[in-house]
Amino acid sequence: MADINRLNRRDVLVFASGGAFQPYRYSVGRAGSRFLTELRDHGRFLGLRCPGCGRVYVPPRPVCGPCYRKMEEWAEVGPLGTLTAFTVLRFAFIDPETGLKKPVPYGYGFIRLDGADTDLQHFLRIDPKRPPKIGMRLRPVFEKERCGRLSDIRHFEREDTP
Amino acid sequence: MERVAVIGVAQTVFEARKEAETYADLVYEVADQALKDAGMDISELGNIVTASNDFLDGRTISSMAVGDAAGAAFGGGLNISTVEGDGAFAAFYGLSRILSGGYSTTLVTAHSKSSEGNPLLISNACFDPVYERALGLDFISAAALQARVYMERRGLSERDLAEVVRLNRAKGVLNPHAQVRREISISEVLASKPLAPPIRELDAGPLSDGAAAVILAGEDFARRRCSNPVWIEGVSLCADARMTDRQLWESAALRKAAQAAYGMAGIANPSDEIDVAEIYAAFSYQEPLWLEELGLGAMDKSRVNPSGGCLCAHALVSAGLVRVIEAVLQLRGKAANPAPEPRRALAHAQSGICGQSHCVWILGKN
Repeated sequence: MADINRLNRRDVLVFASGGAFQPYRYSVGRAGSRFLTELRDHGRFLGLRCPGCGRVYVPPRPVCGPCYRKMEEWAEVGPLGTLTAFTVLRFAFIDPETGLKKPVPYGYGFIRLDGADTDLQHFLRIDPKRPPKIGMRLRPVFEKERCGRLSDIRHFEREDTP
Repeated sequence: MERVAVIGVAQTVFEARKEAETYADLVYEVADQALKDAGMDISELGNIVTASNDFLDGRTISSMAVGDAAGAAFGGGLNISTVEGDGAFAAFYGLSRILSGGYSTTLVTAHSKSSEGNPLLISNACFDPVYERALGLDFISAAALQARVYMERRGLSERDLAEVVRLNRAKGVLNPHAQVRREISISEVLASKPLAPPIRELDAGPLSDGAAAVILAGEDFARRRCSNPVWIEGVSLCADARMTDRQLWESAALRKAAQAAYGMAGIANPSDEIDVAEIYAAFSYQEPLWLEELGLGAMDKSRVNPSGGCLCAHALVSAGLVRVIEAVLQLRGKAANPAPEPRRALAHAQSGICGQSHCVWILGKN
């Protein structure tokens, strides 16, 4: 009988979990439902304004953390905005909604919509001739068929894209 | 030891599916209400402990999703920490933080939404991937194994357990937070769908969406600010060996936790000295089993789970903290189904499969 510490490397087993998957039905919440519905039906961005500090949160969330106040007042923001952070992804990620690999490279950015005090995150269309820069002005590009998800926005692109 | 009191409590209504609310919404609802119940402003809060389960929430480090809702970002940030397990265990941690001398108050929150994931698959993932998972074990089938062992040991019939369900459901009718509020008969229980014999559908508590919160305070703060503090007289928790390495008809962990909590509270005869008990029994067989290990087997059933217990609303992660809250409400005289003039209450919580860990709280008015 082999000593447990002397087990041959090829006899050390690994157990693969197989293809089982773990589905969830995440509630979007009242505020998020309004935000995505407005985006789907009118291509408009809505944020929630804190009654304490006046900050506008986009996407909306129920509570202003620093003031600990419930937010109920809507404020329209965007659709134009400014790029505050970005990267260009060159390794594939598996889209958790589709299970498919997203083609690389693609741009990813934080977008401060005009009138908002928080950043929205989305894809960034990369123009190889004019690489992205922090501070660049952006506009959203919407999908023709929209269904009330963040992917109703295809991506953001330079505001002056012809 | 410094004395610590519960000075604020809150719970949501428990429902099978809270479609419109995110779990952050639920945490804000109870945190805000608990602060109001304590007559406190968030600026007076010392620190926060949240309880959650990443698999149930479908999110890695899911406590991050409720930080703002629990008040962690207030005024530039409060100290927040997390327990992965039932909220009653989080409250133990919250108590320790006050006893450390670092804080005078702790807000403890707990939340879950069983409706968002698949609780059977999620509980199956508790088990060892090499030896157990593929056999299909989950929290119901594991409970069925324990139920059978316990029933044989004690000579209990399925009818005896159906009577446990009938009694709890009758009490739950009065509880405005309960998920199911309809009386049922023994024959209805016995006629309900078999899940894994001896457990039938109505032997299992209905899984709920919801949240709960308590605020703990050190003696100074509690005396200064609270007209009806409920004092923690004793508390202990203990974890057992894994389920295949122990006898399922008993719970040494619960026995030890109870003995330690009774020792702290100076209780010699629990069934005489405890006026009301809220027990975390997720399945009918668990009520007599846990009561036996708590030394409360002979307790008058009208004083056990006057809220209807987990057989009327079973919100994973919150259910144990709800037992603490119901015990507090009993001592305040504000429970929906009040026990006659209780002076001392026991709250019990469990965590894990087949009662792997137990937590026992002794609460008093003086």
